[in-house]
Order: sequence, then C-alpha cells, then structure tokens
Amino acid sequence: MRFQLTEDQRALRDGVRGLLARRFGREALWAAVDGGGLDRGLWRELGAAGFFALRLTEAEGGVGLGLPEAVLLFEEAGRVLLPGPLVATHLAAGTVPGAATGEAVVTAVGGGGLVEWLDEADVVVGGGSGAVAAGAVALRSVDPLTPLHRVSADVSSARPDDPFVLLTAAEQLGTAVRACELAVQHARTREQFGRPIGAFQAVKHLCAELLVRVEVARAAVYAAAVTGDPVDIAAARLLADEAAVRGARDCLQVHGGMGFTWEADVHLCLKRAWVRAERGGSITESEELLAEELLAGAG
Amino acid sequence: MDLAYSPEEEEFRGRLREWLAKVLPSLPPKPSPDDWPGRRAYDLGWQRTLYDAGYADVHWDASPTMRLIFLEETEKAGAPYVGANFVGLLHAGPTIAAEGTAEQRARWLPPVLRGEEVWCQGFSEPDAGSDLAALRTRARRDGDEYVVTGSKIWTSHAEVADWCELLVRTDTSAPKHRGISWLALPMDAPGVTVRPLRTLAGSTEFAEVFLDEVRVPVANRVGEENDGWRVTMVTLSYERGTAFVGEVVACRRVLGEVAREARANGRWDDPVVRRRLGRLNAEFRALWRLTQWNVSESESSGGVPGVGGSVFKLRYSRVRQELYDVAADVLGPDALDLGRGWVLDRLSSLSYTIAAGTSEIQRNIVGERILGLPKG
Ligand SMILES: Cc1cc2nc3c(=O)[nH]c(=O)nc-3n(C[C@H](O)[C@H](O)[C@H](O)COP(=O)(O)OP(=O)(O)OC[C@H]3O[C@@H](n4cnc5c(N)ncnc54)[C@H](O)[C@@H]3O)c2cc1C
Repeated sequence: MRFQLTEDQRALRDGVRGLLARRFGREALWAAVDGGGLDRGLWRELGAAGFFALRLTEAEGGVGLGLPEAVLLFEEAGRVLLPGPLVATHLAAGTVPGAATGEAVVTAVGGGGLVEWLDEADVVVGGGSGAVAAGAVALRSVDPLTPLHRVSADVSSARPDDPFVLLTAAEQLGTAVRACELAVQHARTREQFGRPIGAFQAVKHLCAELLVRVEVARAAVYAAAVTGDPVDIAAARLLADEAAVRGARDCLQVHGGMGFTWEADVHLCLKRAWVRAERGGSITESEELLAEELLAGAG
Repeated sequence: MDLAYSPEEEEFRGRLREWLAKVLPSLPPKPSPDDWPGRRAYDLGWQRTLYDAGYADVHWDASPTMRLIFLEETEKAGAPYVGANFVGLLHAGPTIAAEGTAEQRARWLPPVLRGEEVWCQGFSEPDAGSDLAALRTRARRDGDEYVVTGSKIWTSHAEVADWCELLVRTDTSAPKHRGISWLALPMDAPGVTVRPLRTLAGSTEFAEVFLDEVRVPVANRVGEENDGWRVTMVTLSYERGTAFVGEVVACRRVLGEVAREARANGRWDDPVVRRRLGRLNAEFRALWRLTQWNVSESESSGGVPGVGGSVFKLRYSRVRQELYDVAADVLGPDALDLGRGWVLDRLSSLSYTIAAGTSEIQRNIVGERILGLPKG
C-alpha cells in the first residue's frame, strides 16, 4: 500500500496547476466575473492539455489515465474557481463528438433539476437537449460564474452518477484548499491591535479547523477515486461539501468586513461551493446510503 | 496512489487472522475495570501471548504498514486492547528506540515486548498541563544520581507501573524549554508515592505521583541533559500521531453495533438518527483513509510521525464523542444506566479532547507549525 501521490501524479498535478496559474489567475477570474461568458479559447486549451480526454484510452485519442488522476485535475480546477461545466464535458468525452478536445461544451442535468451554462452549451446530457431547452427556466444564479436553469421535474428525476459526484467533490476539495489559503494569507498580513490577526487564537483556530476539514476531505476524495466504491464516493462527497461550504464561511469571517465586499474572492468560493453542493444530488440520500451500509456491513 | 496491500502484507494479515481466531476464544474473561492487579495481569498476559507467537515487535520493528494491518486485524477480531501497555508500547518504547543508547534499548525494550514491565507517563503537573514546559519537578545532580523532588498528576496506570517516563527540570536558570530532561524513573524507588484519583467514570485509571528526594541514576536519562524538550516532542508525536490507529477500527465496529441496535429497538425509523449514523460512517471512513495516508507518508519519510497527528487527533477526538452521543440517543433512557454497554465508553470519550494535548493546544500547533501563523 502506498497511499501517496506517485511521481507521475505529482507531475500531472503540477503541470495543470502551472497551466491554470498562467491562464486563469486572479485577473482572469475577475475578468470572467465582469465579462461573463465562457472562454472557448481556454476550453480548447484545456482540451489540448488532455483535461477532458484524460481517461480515454490512447487508442481513443485519450491519455489513458484513471479517476485518481482526474480527481487531481478537478481539485486544481476547483482551487482556481475555474468556471464552466467541466465535469459534464469530461464525462462526455468519448461519447459526445468534440468534448474530448474541448471543441464542444457539454452540460448535464444535475441534482435538483438544475442545468449549468445551458445557453453556452453545445450539448445537454440527460433528458434530451430539446426537451430540456424547451422547458428550461433561467434562474438569477447566486454564483456570478455559474448561470443556472431549472428544468421540469420529469427531466430531472435521474440521480447524478458516481463519477459525476466524485469529480464534483474533487472540485469542492480544491475550493476548500483555496478558502484555507486565502484565510491564512489574510490572517498573516492583516493587522489589528498592533499585530497580525492570525496571532489571535480565535482566528488561528478558525484557520486550523479549515485545514483539518481539507485534510479529512482530501483523504476521503483520493481514496474514493482509488476504490471507485459508491459508499466511499458518498462519504467523500459529504466531507468535501462540508470542507468547501464551511471553509468558505470561516474564511469570510476571517476577512471581517472585507470578506463581505464584492471585491474579495471569498464570496466566489462560497457561492460556487453552494452550487456544487446541489449538483451532487440530495445530501440526505448520501447519508441514507452510508447508513444502510452500516447494516449491510454487519458481520 | 494505491490502497492495495502487497502479497507479503496480505500473507501477514491472513496468518494473523487465523492465529487470532485460534487464540481469542480461549482467552480468560476480562477483569472488572477497577481490579487493577487483575487488569495488569490480563494486559501483560496478552502481550506475552503476542510475544510468544512472534507478533510483539510489530510496534517498533515492522514497517508502519505491517503495524497498521496488525492494529486493524486485532481490533476487528475484538482482541484485547493494549491497556496498561499503552505508554510502554505506543510512546515510551518508540521514544527509547529512537533516542536511547544501545544499553538503554537493551534494558527497557525487551521487557515491554515480553509483557513483563508496565510504563506510565509523568509529564503533567498540577501547574503545568497545557503549558507542559512550565513543569517544576526538580532533579538535582548528586554524583551518578539525580535527586528528584516534585509531583505529577493525571498519571495513567501509575498504580501498576514499573517505570515512568518522567520529565524533570535539570536547569532552573535556563529558559523554560531548555532546562528539561527525560528520565526513566523506577516506580518502586524510595520516595515515590502514588495516590489514585477517581475519574468521572468512577474508576481510578490515573493518579497523583509524589516524588520526595527520589534517587535516579544519571544512566536513566534518555537524551542529553537539558535536551529533554526535544525528546518530549518525539514522545508526543508518537502519542498523537500513531497511538489512535487501532481505535478508529474499534469505532467503526461500534458504529455498526449502534446501527444494528437502532434497527432492533425501532430508533432506525427516525430519519434523523439514520442520517447522523450515515454521517458518522462517512467520518470514520475518512479518518481511516487519513490514517492510511499518514502511515504511507511516514513509511516514505522513514521518520517520526509529523505534526499531521494533530490534524488527525482534532477530528478524531470530536467524532468519537459524537459516536457515543448518537449511541446514547439510540439507547434512550437506557443511556443513563451505567450497566449498559457504551455508557462507560461515552464517559471516557470525554477525555479525548483533553488528554494527549487539548484540542485548543492542537489547534495552536496546526495554526503555528503547519500554517505558519504567528505565535500569540
Ligand atoms: C484521561 C486522562 C489521562 C491522562 N493521562 C496522562 C498521563 O498518563 N500522563 C500525563 O502526563 N498526563 C496525562 N493527562 C493529562 C493531560 O495531558 C492534561 O490534562 C492536558 O494536557 C491538559 O492539561 P490540564 O489538565 O492542566 O488543563 P489546562 O492546561 O489547565 O487547560 C484547561 C483549559 O484551558 C485551555 N487552555 C490551556 N492553555 C491554553 C492555551 N494556550 N490556549 C488555549 N486554551 C488553553 C485548555 O485547552 C483547556 O480547555 C491525562 C489526562 C486525562 C484526561
């Protein structure tokens, strides 16, 4: 057993981290918030870098890697708050033409009958594009970087499948990491009473709990990627949602009044985390699945 | 990243499992919690059984992964807990193995492995708990001996211990972290008095220890004189880092029992109860994965467990308390009956956010040593 990143996995993660730092740094994030719309150029670049085709075999034009590697990429995407229906497009690679290369933007009907980026998408998975588009109602999305539509109940009944939930959890993990980084950075530099606020225990302890949630969620998400087990995935999802949502809230608290402004990044973390927590389907269902397993595992 | 065990590790697991199935049924019944001599004999007897079967050295000599498998299998099979051997096996032993001289290792390690000697931990004092470095128990040098005077508190298993890992102040003029030394104190030395303290669970698992001009050979010092704080950090990293591994497995077992009890008594029909149990399942699964992650990390770094143990302990100590709170909810009014299973465990779970460094202290460690935030 070696439950640690391999050299190759580390290199892959660092590679995508570098690409995203170059192409989607803080300025690009804010340009996207102000400008709206999906950056098709970036989408194709991600395609060229293998982001969507990662798990297709080499014969199919892919990279031939697995869920653990995909999870590392989606964690990085979550860390920079990369917008767009990344998970749906990744999962469509190999079945929807153009998805693997990033030529096509693919979205899907997610938990609660919500569809992200419907107007920008070339293809909608689940429920048939026509039916979805016909009955879709635009919401005023809480997240400025995730336009949302709601579709009618009969189209939205399907439960999100496991890889969809797991990769969403990986994005949540990345956003939790970002929230922790932002909180720590602010706690080190913002001074009150003549010292950095991070020296005050109440603040320090919020930051410590942010990290604890990140590390627990990380272990759960990586393990679920290795086993692919539905119960592991349900657990990973619960912990990653918590790490991202609670993490962003605590990060906001650490930022004080600054945290309540539009200019701070914190609210973007929180809003995206909320959107993704819905995308993974009902939390109650995940909890019930985990509860049932306790009885099934009786022995 | 993988979670598969090597053929060699699986073979070890299989052999251990078979052996456990053979020996566990013939084990004598557990003595009552307050029968200390009985508990000592029972815990040492189990250690001796492990030793004779060739499993005792798994704590120090085998790879961290083998140790993980050992703890997983023994807990799953419901084998006796380390009990009175906790300090000797899980943190004094590893400290001596890492920091002791060849003579010290030869003197103290084999008797722990053979189940002949019990250790306790004399770190905390009445006025030095979280602020451990404020300890005042003094050791004055007199030839080849230290003369030790002071007192310790909350010393678990002191009543039945042969040895104590004792922190003393050997230089009163140095800054507080610099004047400390780590000694092995024989508990039968003249001048040592143990006074049991009753815990909130009604038992006497820890005690006060009074030291009045106790003579301890200088040769019993592990590490250099006044360098005891560094040695202490090694001890604490084992105590926080690896000592709880087996317990996570035990908690997962208890969680399954609580779920089955809930189904049997109808509490399962309450969706709130089911959801809490489901969440705890997620928590303990994740804590087990975190354990595997930490073990793999220590395997590749080949060293003492790092401050990551504090991350683990923070979450584990909280979730363990939640487990027994849910168990109480499932039991209903029976949760007020000390005769019911889990009720004593619920009481003892209250110590997890205090012992081995409180949660507040762990958060300071995570904040300062991992996240690099300034000291308060
Ligand atoms: C069951 C049990 C077994 C034990 N066994 C042993 C043993 O075998 N050997 C041994 O040496 N010790 C043992 N201990 C002692 C244990 O290590 C101490 O109780 C613990 O370190 C806390 O110290 P204290 O009790 O003096 O509490 P205090 O340090 O007085 O703390 C009281 C409260 O103040 C908080 N606090 C203190 N300082 C700070 C700070 N800087 N920042 C924020 N909050 C702070 C604490 O978190 C706590 O909430 C045991 C304790 C228990 C409960």
